[in-house]
Amino acid sequence: MAIGIALGLLGALGALSRLPVVRLVVNAYLWVFRGTPVIVQIVFWYDATAELTNNRINLPALLAGVIALGVNEGAYMTEIVRAGLLSVDRGQLEAARSLGMTYPLAMRRIVIPQAIRIILPPTGNQFIGMLKATSLLFTIAVPEIYATGVNLYSTNFRYFEVLSVVSIWYLMLTSVLTFVQRRLERRFGYDRMTAGGSGDGMLRRVFGFSFGTTSGAR
Amino acid sequence: MALVEIRDVRKRFGIHEVLKGVSLDVKKGEVVCLLGPSGSGKTTLLRCINHLEAIETGTIRVDGELVGYRLAANGKLREERDRVIAARRAHIGMVFQRFNLFAHLSALDNVCEAPVQVLGRSRAVARERGNQLLAQVGLSAKVDAFPHQLSGGQQQRVAIARALAMDPKLMLFDEPTSALDPELVGEVLETMKSLAAGGMTMIVVTHETGFAREVAHRVVMLDDGAIVEEAPPAKFFNAPEQPRTRAFLSKIL
Repeated sequence: MAIGIALGLLGALGALSRLPVVRLVVNAYLWVFRGTPVIVQIVFWYDATAELTNNRINLPALLAGVIALGVNEGAYMTEIVRAGLLSVDRGQLEAARSLGMTYPLAMRRIVIPQAIRIILPPTGNQFIGMLKATSLLFTIAVPEIYATGVNLYSTNFRYFEVLSVVSIWYLMLTSVLTFVQRRLERRFGYDRMTAGGSGDGMLRRVFGFSFGTTSGAR
Repeated sequence: MALVEIRDVRKRFGIHEVLKGVSLDVKKGEVVCLLGPSGSGKTTLLRCINHLEAIETGTIRVDGELVGYRLAANGKLREERDRVIAARRAHIGMVFQRFNLFAHLSALDNVCEAPVQVLGRSRAVARERGNQLLAQVGLSAKVDAFPHQLSGGQQQRVAIARALAMDPKLMLFDEPTSALDPELVGEVLETMKSLAAGGMTMIVVTHETGFAREVAHRVVMLDDGAIVEEAPPAKFFNAPEQPRTRAFLSKIL
């Protein structure tokens, strides 16, 4: 998750950069990592990097999994953060700069704090999505929840019980994330700085609703 | 020497030339109003003065220093680094048509943010000065209010206090009352008037001819990217020389 956020922030700033080279690199990154299935990327990091480098780089399964999910996450976070930064009115940056703030200072003190409230809800979605995507790591033999479940029911054939337990584990973890997200949203003042009041409320309600359905349906 | 010295400034957006060689001097303590039809380049000229817009050729000096550029060895202008531009801008106050208050900060924090972050003042000193400035614009009761809780006129007065907190040598106003409901225009103009009376150097892009007539030392008319006429308000409004000025005035008065 940390890799995802860091790459996302970097990517978004890059995507909005004045330098065409930087934008090109970011676009290439998005193109590759959003354009291929995450399960392919996981196996790629684990097996293909080893083959490509004649086993000089042979990532342990867990590390390969963390890198694969982090880099993939970063691509999606780039778009989320970019949307957040773009949602902040240009006048905010101009006002900050006319007061003598440098670009980095203006971004840090004025633009990013305002972008965060736009970024938070989809980020919650994204993290929950990634948490569930960890189940794909069973393909490279990381002993995560789903893989453990598969091992169990392949010996005792009690699909219903085992998969119910697996689901409950995922639900508990996603619930924690949802809770953290709500706390953060409150902390970054959804109530006190609504420029377009009802619009923000709706956004939040829609996202809150979609959490309920996605984690319930799977 | 003039505080602001604009020499033959040219600026284009794509193929459209917005400023076609503008020269203008503004003395310390002078209030100059820029008038002209929309698209005449008056807002662009104002934004060039603190380098929110780049210029093609010409020079703009504030207090003797180029803003946003340095003179390279070959006599051409080279854009300065971010840090240097920021330092020059710090003492040029700007007030925007759409206020642009920082939406996530209270009125007082809006005023204190730049003095603390840019000038390195302590929070306590900045807050004391901030309270004083907000009192000066008549908003003592609103220091803790957030921008969305304030009327347009109140927001614009906070924006003026925010600019003043940086102890500017010069204040730029970009149509400061155009986004306001008519009944709120007066309070902002009053604040600007008292500022002018205090000796602040001001360049004001406005459609408020009443304000220009009463407060300005000089009125400058721009049309199609060039200065058409400049004169003291009494002469400008009562006996304009240029036909284009007369045509413009007949439409707005």
